[in-house]
Amino acid sequence: MTEEQRVGEVIEASTTDFVAQCYELYQSPPLGSLVKTRDEPVELYGIVYHAATAGFETGRRPIARGKDEATEEAIYQSSPQLLKLLRSEFGALVVGHRQGDKLYHYLPPKPARIHGFVYLCQPDEVKEFSQSLAFLNILINTHLPVSTEELISACLRQMSQVYEDRHAFLVAAGKELAIFLSGQFNQLKAILERIKQ
Amino acid sequence: MSEHLGIVVSGSLSKGVEVRLDSSASVEDMAGGRYVTIEGKKQRFFGMITDVNLEVIDPKLTLTPPDMADPFIAEVLDGTSTYGTLHILPMLTIGGEATGLIEGPQPVKTVPSHFSTVNLASDSDIELVFGKEDKGRFWIGNPLDMETKICLNLTELVKRSNGIFGKSGTGKTFLTRILLIGMLQKSQAVNLIFDMHNEYGWAGTREGAPPVKALKQLFPSSVAVFALDEENSRRRGVSTDFVVRIGYDEIEPEDMVLLRQTLNLTEPAVEAVYQMRRKFGKNWLQRTLDIKDAEETRDLLKDMNIHESTFQNLQRGLATIRRLPFIEPHAPVNAVISILEHLDRGMNVVLEFGRYRDVTSYVLVANMLARRIYAQYQERMEKAMGEDTAKPTPLVITIEEAHKFLNPEVASNTIFGTIAREMRKYNVTLLVIDQRPSGIDGEVMSQLGTKITCLLDNERDIDSVLAGASGKSELKTVLSKLESKQQTLIFGHAVPMPVVVRTREYGSAESYRDFAPGQETDIGKRAEKDIEELWE
Repeated sequence: MTEEQRVGEVIEASTTDFVAQCYELYQSPPLGSLVKTRDEPVELYGIVYHAATAGFETGRRPIARGKDEATEEAIYQSSPQLLKLLRSEFGALVVGHRQGDKLYHYLPPKPARIHGFVYLCQPDEVKEFSQSLAFLNILINTHLPVSTEELISACLRQMSQVYEDRHAFLVAAGKELAIFLSGQFNQLKAILERIKQ
Repeated sequence: MSEHLGIVVSGSLSKGVEVRLDSSASVEDMAGGRYVTIEGKKQRFFGMITDVNLEVIDPKLTLTPPDMADPFIAEVLDGTSTYGTLHILPMLTIGGEATGLIEGPQPVKTVPSHFSTVNLASDSDIELVFGKEDKGRFWIGNPLDMETKICLNLTELVKRSNGIFGKSGTGKTFLTRILLIGMLQKSQAVNLIFDMHNEYGWAGTREGAPPVKALKQLFPSSVAVFALDEENSRRRGVSTDFVVRIGYDEIEPEDMVLLRQTLNLTEPAVEAVYQMRRKFGKNWLQRTLDIKDAEETRDLLKDMNIHESTFQNLQRGLATIRRLPFIEPHAPVNAVISILEHLDRGMNVVLEFGRYRDVTSYVLVANMLARRIYAQYQERMEKAMGEDTAKPTPLVITIEEAHKFLNPEVASNTIFGTIAREMRKYNVTLLVIDQRPSGIDGEVMSQLGTKITCLLDNERDIDSVLAGASGKSELKTVLSKLESKQQTLIFGHAVPMPVVVRTREYGSAESYRDFAPGQETDIGKRAEKDIEELWE
């Protein structure tokens, strides 16, 4: 198994989602990717639905500094403290958990632990998790700052990358969605438009 | 195509069940009339597809159709948002319960439970329902898109009167020929065929191809060809066994009743016939025609209370009959006796009409002969019942243009009406062939045991054929969708459920071998033996 890629640490958690801070500025995992955190013996899986970079102190916004600089890169070089004053965080929607050897595509009994490490799931794990697409139902039925269509399509695009036959995976997912969204054809259409290759 | 079709989603016993198609099964692969099995929890059902529908899960789809040109969207929506449904009429239960196993397929009394799986019927399922080709069963054709043989139980078939219907040119004649061959081989009944168009005796015509062999060529030892028109038969190269001549004295007033329309007789003229018969006895026809227009005639008519114009009308009609070339003052041999002799020997008799295809000849001869044969059979049967001796061989009389004999006006008068209604008891049944079943008396139609129908497209004809059949509206869809050739719907007494059949092939050398196995070689062997004996 490939080495686990640690991407951040949980700083806020609830039953339905958790927020993690990235160790490196701007290094949040892509929208829709599958991440996990541990709370032994349970492993929680989440889909990244939101990422943001802002100053540490709320209410104090960064100011423009590049007037006399030639490149953007130069701004960071001339003010190295910036890397410490800014932070990137991402939110992940909990979509399932693993207990022992079994995967469950529904919410775990307890939320994630603060300071739990957050890892980006490896292709094998993504493949295993996406064997069942029942988690799509959670994505459809949550109210998030980002539109559901965008999140679902981003998630499916991400997951499809680990499959050799991307088309087959997307068609299967599309069919699953067509059942979940049987009464909302417009929503289904919007998602399908976004995931077709 | 996959065997698994879908699952039952709704339905009723009276209307049949709705089946949602799986996304793997395409609506375009389905066909009305095809057989399916439904795996219920306790029983297996056997049914027929009667309708195929397209459905959408969200009505919005029909209002703003998606871009189906995009293969991805089309693939996703197929079977999920858009899907097909089948309407299936469960007909029988097979297997499952103990009684089902012992007694074979049973008519359905309920519907399968929700979400029972539906599969295409396999060859063995169909064999279970329709039986294998054996001593009493005859392979009539194959189900649509399958190679299984569908067999008719001919022993059962000939116990009732049956009907073959279909528009002109849909293969009625071929079907009849096949069925006759079947009866000849497997039913232990003898056939008397009134062959109006000379199709069954020696050779039959075929559209755009050389003629096909008919009964006598295939079964020379068990078929006798009787001819009404010897000259025509000779010209066609048919070896006839008997030439039928009819004497004046053989025509009875009842025969005239049937001819009222074709001879344009008035009602009083028909009445007058009976009076003439009473007055002149057996030779009434000759005597009536001999009456001259004289003073005594008027007195005679006055005596009998017949109006003069009525008499003239009658004379004109009788003159038409006299002009028929096969009618003679005195027939040399009694045709009825000869036919009966042949039938008694187990020979099947085909009566060819030659050139006399007009309705008058056909109706007159068929009715006359059939009536006498009827009388004989009735007598023998009653005797057999009384003395507990052997009953006469079952007889099947085949008539074409049946509506001429069995229309509501004359059905009660003709012998065929009587046979259709009650002759079953006397071991005589009818095989009715017609292209306008709506012209046949409803009472007769209702008595037909098995109805075999090719394509019909007249609403009234369809209604009259399907009258009283269970699942009529579903069968109607199937019937109107039959192909115009070689396809036929069979339902009634001899089949456990309605069945659409692609009639087996007829006309190639191979098919002849199938129909008459051993016959040709028999002839060959016999010929060889004869030659050997000749040289000895």
